[in-house]
Amino acid sequence: MSTDGGPGRLVLGIETSCDETGVGLVRLAPDGSVRLLADAVASSVEQHARFGGVVPEIASRAHLEAMEPTVRRALDEAGIKLSEVDAIAVTAGPGLAGALMVGVSAAKAYAAALGVPLYGVNHLLGHVAVDTLEHGPLPPRCLAMLVSGGHTQLLSVAGIADEVTEIGSTIDDAAGEAYDKVARILELPYPGGPPIDRMAREGDPNAIAFPRGLTGPRDAKFDFSFSGLKTAVARWVEQARATGKQLPIADIAASFQEAVADVLTEKAVRAAVELGMDTMVLSGGVAANSRLSGLARERCAEAGITLRVPRPRLCTDNGAMIAAVGAHALANGTEPSPLGLSANPGMPVDTVVLR
Amino acid sequence: MLVIALDTSTPAVTAGLVELADSRPHSLAERVTVNPRAHGELLTPQLLDVLAEGGHQLGEVDAIVVGAGPGPFTGLRVGMVTAAALGHASGTRVYPVSSLDAIAARTDGDSPLLVLTDARRSEVYWATYGGRKAHGARERLTAPAVDRPEELPARLEGMRLEVAAGELASRHAADLGLRAVEPAYPTPEGIVAVAGDEVRSEADPAPLVPMYLRRPDAATPGPPKTVTAERGRT
Ligand SMILES: [Zn+2]
Repeated sequence: MSTDGGPGRLVLGIETSCDETGVGLVRLAPDGSVRLLADAVASSVEQHARFGGVVPEIASRAHLEAMEPTVRRALDEAGIKLSEVDAIAVTAGPGLAGALMVGVSAAKAYAAALGVPLYGVNHLLGHVAVDTLEHGPLPPRCLAMLVSGGHTQLLSVAGIADEVTEIGSTIDDAAGEAYDKVARILELPYPGGPPIDRMAREGDPNAIAFPRGLTGPRDAKFDFSFSGLKTAVARWVEQARATGKQLPIADIAASFQEAVADVLTEKAVRAAVELGMDTMVLSGGVAANSRLSGLARERCAEAGITLRVPRPRLCTDNGAMIAAVGAHALANGTEPSPLGLSANPGMPVDTVVLR
Repeated sequence: MLVIALDTSTPAVTAGLVELADSRPHSLAERVTVNPRAHGELLTPQLLDVLAEGGHQLGEVDAIVVGAGPGPFTGLRVGMVTAAALGHASGTRVYPVSSLDAIAARTDGDSPLLVLTDARRSEVYWATYGGRKAHGARERLTAPAVDRPEELPARLEGMRLEVAAGELASRHAADLGLRAVEPAYPTPEGIVAVAGDEVRSEADPAPLVPMYLRRPDAATPGPPKTVTAERGRT
C-alpha cells in the first residue's frame, strides 16, 4: 500500500542532463495541485572535481550506474510501487547529449513496460515548475531567473505548460561557470559557488570595482556576460601576485560575487517591472548563493515584487522538478511524447514537451 | 522459455524475441536497424514491435539478455539502461553478455574465429574463439580487447585462426590471412545463446556493467592560464 493513498495521478520524473541523476515522484491531485512525494539524487560531482568542470563521458557512465538504484530509492522514499505510477516525465533537453540519452532511454523503457504516457520535458522549465511543489501554484504570469553552472536565463512564464519565452540569457559563460573559473584562479575547490560564497562573507564587496558586463546604454538590456568579469578577476589577481603581496582572497571573492549578484538582480527586477510582472522565481544551483538571493530579496521588495526561491535542495538539478513539469503537462491534457522521441541537447525554452 | 534480446553495441540497433528450448535459441520476431545515430530513438519502439509480432506481453517474458559491449559508449548505454529499466519494471532477470560472444555464437562451422567490430578512432574491438559450447555459443580464447588494426597480426601470432566475423571482418580479414564470414552484428539468437545456460538455470545475473575497455577522455587542468592566453574562449 502506498503511504500516500490520496486520489490523483502519480508522475515519476527522471533528470540526467548534467552530473546529477535525479528521480522524483509527485502526485497531481484532482484540483490540479502538485505535491512532492520523493526526490532521490545521485551526484557524480566529486568525480569531476579534479577536472575543474563536468566531463560528459564520466557523467554519462555515472548516470547508467545510478539510474535503476535511484529510481528504486525514490519509490522507497515515497512508499510507492512502480506499478502505481501513472506517467513518466524525463528531461529531453537542453543538456549534455550522452547524459540525456541515458535518462531518455530509461524513461522510454519504464513507460513502455508500465504502459503509461511518456513526457520528454524541458529541463529549464523544471527549475521554474519545482517552485510549485514548495510554494503552490504560480500566478498567471511571472518572471523566472535561472542561474546555475549550465544556465543564466530570464524567462517570461505564462503557465508552466503553456507559454514560456526567453527574454534574456548569457552570451558567453553561465554564472555558475564564472564561479568555477574564479574559484580556480583563487585556488579554491570545485564547484566554485559554495567556497566563494563562504569567503565572500568575510570580505568587502566594494573593495575592488569589478566590471558589470553588458550594462552600457547600448547593450542588450536583458542579456548577460560573465567572461569579461572572469578575465578582470584573473588580471587583478595576476597583477597582485606580481607585486608579491598576499592576495586579499575574501575581498576578491566578495567583490566578484557582488558584481555577479548586482548585474543579475538589477536586470531581472528591471525586466519584471517593464513586463508588469509582480512575481519572480529565482532558481538553479546558484540561487542558493547567499548574496544573490539576499540582493534579489532586497530589490524585489523595493520594486513591490514577490520573490519565490525554492529551498536549495530543489534549486539544484533533481528529478522532482521534471516530475513537476510532467504533472503540469498531464493536468493541461498535453499530448505525450512518442516512444521514438529523440533527446535534444539544444532544446529551445519555448518547447515544454518534446515530440 | 521466452527471452528478450537487446544489443546497441554496434551501428545495429537490435531487439528480438527468442524462444530458448534445450537446443539452440530460435527467433520468434526480430528488428535490426543499422543506424549508428538512432539507438536512443529506435530501441524501445523495436522492442514493442517484436513483442506485438510475437504475440506476447512483456510480463510473459522469462529473461532479458543484453549485449554489454564492447562498443562505442553512447550507443552501448542505450541498450544497457533500457534492459535495466525493463527488468526493473517487469521483475525479470537481466543477463549481460559480451556482444562479441553474441556475434561468434552465430557463425557457421567451428573454425577458429576472430570477431572484429568498430571501436572508432581507427581502432577495433576484438576477441578470438574456438569450439562450440551449449546453445551454440563459442568457447572464448582471448578476452575482448581494443587495438589498432595494424597491431593485430602481432597479437594474433600463433593462434591459427581461420575465419573472421563482425562488422569489420570484410575490411581486415584478407590482410590477416583469414576468410570473412557472417554475421556482421550481434543477432538475437546469438545474444540469447551466450546466456543460454544461465537463463535456463535461472542463475543470479552478473551486474549490468558495460564493457568500455577505454577510460573517458578527460584531461586534468594545468595551472590557470594567464589573462593574455585566456583571450578568445577555449
Ligand atoms: Zn539545471
